[in-house]
Amino acid sequence: MYQYNQFDKHFVANRAKQFRSQVMRRLDGSLSEEEFRPLRLMNGLYLQLHAYMLRVAIPYGSLNSKQMHQLAYIANKYDKDYAHFTTRQNIQYNWPKLKDVPDILDDLAKVDMHAIQTSGNCIRNVTSDHFAGASIDEIADPRPSAELLRQYSTDHPQFQFLPRKFKIAISGSPNDRAVIKSHDIGLLMKYDESGNLGYEIYIGGGLGRSPFVGKLLKGFLPKADLLPYIEGIMVVYNLNGRRDNKYKARIKILVHENGIEKIKQEVEENFLIQKQNFKQPSDKLISAINERFKLPDFKQANIDNYKIELKQNAQFSNFIKNNISEHKNKDYSIISVSLKNIGETPGDATSKQMQILANLAKQYSHDELRISHEQNIILPHVHKSDLPKVFKELQKANLATNNIGLISDIIACPGMDYCSLATARSIPIAKQIAKHFNELNLEEEIGQLKLKISGCINACGHHHVGHIGILGLEKQGKESYQITLGGEENLSMNIGKRAGPGFSSDELLPAIKRLIEAYLSLRQNPDESFLASYKRLGEKPFINALYPKEEKANVA
Amino acid sequence: MARKFIEKIVTANDLLQGDVIYFTKDNIWSRNHQDAIIAHTIEQANELLEKAEQQQDRIVGAYLSDVFLDEAQIASPLHFREIFRARGPSNYFHGKQTNI
Repeated sequence: MYQYNQFDKHFVANRAKQFRSQVMRRLDGSLSEEEFRPLRLMNGLYLQLHAYMLRVAIPYGSLNSKQMHQLAYIANKYDKDYAHFTTRQNIQYNWPKLKDVPDILDDLAKVDMHAIQTSGNCIRNVTSDHFAGASIDEIADPRPSAELLRQYSTDHPQFQFLPRKFKIAISGSPNDRAVIKSHDIGLLMKYDESGNLGYEIYIGGGLGRSPFVGKLLKGFLPKADLLPYIEGIMVVYNLNGRRDNKYKARIKILVHENGIEKIKQEVEENFLIQKQNFKQPSDKLISAINERFKLPDFKQANIDNYKIELKQNAQFSNFIKNNISEHKNKDYSIISVSLKNIGETPGDATSKQMQILANLAKQYSHDELRISHEQNIILPHVHKSDLPKVFKELQKANLATNNIGLISDIIACPGMDYCSLATARSIPIAKQIAKHFNELNLEEEIGQLKLKISGCINACGHHHVGHIGILGLEKQGKESYQITLGGEENLSMNIGKRAGPGFSSDELLPAIKRLIEAYLSLRQNPDESFLASYKRLGEKPFINALYPKEEKANVA
Repeated sequence: MARKFIEKIVTANDLLQGDVIYFTKDNIWSRNHQDAIIAHTIEQANELLEKAEQQQDRIVGAYLSDVFLDEAQIASPLHFREIFRARGPSNYFHGKQTNI
């Protein structure tokens, strides 16, 4: 885990101090809301439907137990004893009071955390693979690169007023778990033919109202050139990105309107200019960062107890089947703790649950936790001999839901229950769908299925890349839900296709039921996933299931 | 024929708490939708909004919100977004609904 040096500590503490003074000036009337708004947004403080919302960055999704304890403490002291983990590896507090926010920022700074650049037209929290540093399929740990980008982009004077927000994601594994192609810049770590480590670079991906799959910008960039190359991209975007229309201001539109070839050429030219005078980070700094991401000191122990428990305890073996991923050390496992307990809000955890996860991380996961973009929490380094004990603790805390990757492991944005931009609610829809398939005991039968719900066109719930996507809109004064089919989020990223007219909130669950029934009857065998069936058969049978002929006739 | 005017109230968020508030006949703010002063004409609505916006040291983002009046002339929010604002989130018993 990266630890702040004196410079980082001073910077973050100073920003918290500045914000305290800005809040005071807003409260005594020296600052108008118009003047204060950009200042609070620069510190992650939004005003939502019912209250302020503070978005705190969890850099590349990595936390230690002390930090998780502090997040729990803040939820308990200043909020309603829970918090929400987001699809951008952030944590959001839904009910802070303005006067308390400076104290919250001070409390965050105590554990090397902050809310800087979690809003505004700047480079946002760099996201990464939630299995980074642990997964067997990893080529290289992406977090040192992510940390370098964090240091480079935090408070970078040139990039505080970009045309629009800017998001970077990095994966160190060919099995992309960071949805890199949906980002302004997506980085995939790889080796070239001579065995040098570097990056494959994608640009102009994004979801939102105009979804685009990121396009290949560079097949291989040597590792040492990362910062000048990123600067080359940022300069091209900063100068040429549209500022006349907010909805056309993201780099994806610049790439779309100019074509990837032209952007490639401009970036290459700019990169060469940047490279000449670029003040590269010192070797000392690079090795100090690398030092923080060394593999933990893995323990050696007999795993017979784990094998016996697997045979004797069906609940345990079901949990292992769905929630465990393969670790690079054969005696270790990665545990995905589902924050999708049936009937509860996707991504929410109580203070108590956060404390329990922090304690488990401290005792059993080399003091590490990760937040996934799928709104779950990861214990990345758990020795197999400890799995039975960890499972029991998770069960006691209502955290042992074994639904990772299944239909009830739904991504859902806060929607109109909280968000001032939302056009419809997401949470009740997610809860209803999860509850239905869980009660019928059908989740396992349906198998791998990514269902993602957004409460507006901004697509925070990633609906475009859900195998089944649901988009909440307003239609004639009521909430209405559009279904998209066939989206995919990995390196073969694909934007789901709209199936047809929207459904009212009452019609939506029956429609999803028809869709799933159709899939179960159409699949070649139980191993053929929903997405595989959709790809094999095309959209027609699924659309027919969503819009049966008699209903069409009734509508007509 | 001119469209019938839809009655309106002025709503905003409280600067300190962030909570949803409504402008009242006494030029102060209430947390309760039923205390809101109702504008029956567009002129009244604009005048109320202007008055409300003068209290920038207490509020954030005042705007006009459509309401419908029942037989007893009690105003309820018309749009579902405003219904949620007047009640609180649906996933927890938090926000205004705890005081209703």
